Amino acid sequence: MSFTRQLSPVAKLEQKTVVDLILKGKRIDERTPLDYRPMTIMLGVIDKANGSAQVYLGKTKVVAGIKVEIGTPFADRPEEGILTVNSEFVPIASPTFETGPPDENSIELARVVDRGIRESKAIDLKKLCISAGKKVFMVFVDVYVLDHDGNLIDAAAMAALGALVSAKMRAFKVKDGEVEYKDEMIPLPMLNYPVPITTAKIEGTVVLDPCLEEEQVMGCRLTVTTDKNDQICAMQKGGLGYFSPDEVKKIVATSIAKARELRNTILSKVK
Amino acid sequence: MGKQEVVRLINDKGLRVDGRGLGELRPLKMEVGVLDKADGSAYVEHGKNKIMAAVYGPREAHPKHIALSDRAVVRCRYHMAPFSTTERKNPAPSRRELELSKVIREALEPAIMSEYYPRATIDVFIEVLQADAGTRCAGITAASLALADAGIPMRELVAGCAAGKIDGKVVLDLSDIEDKEGDADLPVAFMPKSNVITLLQMDGSLSEEEFRQALDMSVEACRKIYEMQREALREKYHIEKEETEEKTETQEVKA
Repeated sequence: MSFTRQLSPVAKLEQKTVVDLILKGKRIDERTPLDYRPMTIMLGVIDKANGSAQVYLGKTKVVAGIKVEIGTPFADRPEEGILTVNSEFVPIASPTFETGPPDENSIELARVVDRGIRESKAIDLKKLCISAGKKVFMVFVDVYVLDHDGNLIDAAAMAALGALVSAKMRAFKVKDGEVEYKDEMIPLPMLNYPVPITTAKIEGTVVLDPCLEEEQVMGCRLTVTTDKNDQICAMQKGGLGYFSPDEVKKIVATSIAKARELRNTILSKVK
Repeated sequence: MGKQEVVRLINDKGLRVDGRGLGELRPLKMEVGVLDKADGSAYVEHGKNKIMAAVYGPREAHPKHIALSDRAVVRCRYHMAPFSTTERKNPAPSRRELELSKVIREALEPAIMSEYYPRATIDVFIEVLQADAGTRCAGITAASLALADAGIPMRELVAGCAAGKIDGKVVLDLSDIEDKEGDADLPVAFMPKSNVITLLQMDGSLSEEEFRQALDMSVEACRKIYEMQREALREKYHIEKEETEEKTETQEVKA
């Protein structure tokens, strides 16, 4: 069951500082409200994975890895490969993360990342079919949060995208429903590049890319994922606060512009 | 999705598969106080969706360590019955249900004056008996009625309704087939008097302009659903319309 969580006592002391600054149009890490932290991405950091990427978003660190395996397709999509997104909030990343099965925040994050990739049709799943109804390639996207300093959704989704565009699988041909591998490596059949932008609302002020201290005082957040054609492909509001319809429309416009910029950064790394 | 060449969701007359116009809601039925043991309950039919919501509380927090010193803990479970869908749904909570429990709680909490009940819990249970697209929105509509029925002070009722896109057109309140074959779904929960959105999710593909249209459409629909919710509460508590016209929801609940 989902329930209201308590903030740590330290966070409560910090709340006032963060809010006071926001009310003056400043932020605790000296950014302006619509500043996004510097994002750096490295592709191919894990050799054993088919694809991988590490994202630094300020002090937030996330690594994503892709594994491609063979499995059985879903009954309602017999001719499509399978995409699975999972995320782990491992205890090294934050004093509040515990071992055990994924909690609702981890599940929400994975599902928002999944929605962006799936709904923008980023991977051409039809090209991953080996034998309709029997055998398909399954693309596993596993997101690992290494250091939690806020805005995990954006960092995770950009790491996932970076890992996907850098991923290589063995070239194959299908003979009598069986896979015959070739020597060369080919990229995954990518069609689109979804990028999410998360905005937080703190005491009526909208700020881009909340850091951890800001997340602890925010009323709510809104993630808007847009694709290479500036189409919106996924959205998610989180937190106990609310947005007015006009705020949402403004945030969507800001997010589309910012996503374009970050998408170029990620794609520029692909060799 | 992908099959839209085969399935036509809007006919030449501009009507949808179930005969609705583009901006038309499915028929809604609401009933308050349908369960005996729960502190508050409501039953909502939204098209073919059949949803039962129950509220227990404010009651003592259990386990105790989850209690908060300055407000009540709100707990929420969204759950689908195994027989609610075409294929049997495994009764164990799925990742989808866990996510929806979270976003529904976050949609309801802004309306609940939980600061009145420190150290207590308010438990909201939503059971989907039959699912036909739009269950989270109908679940929110039902849950906020159940909260009001339980006498829990609220800033306002929350109403839920989705808009989306099918056959290239922005439409209101997708049905099951429209959700599966359509191009986008945008579930929204809204508090009309405060003019605020408390739940917003989206999947599919919408341009910025289409999104604005869809958002306006679902917000408008939430206003209508809100009026129906008020009517359902009046019905239950035998309140004449004139009496409540200028009063707040909280007063209405206490009446």
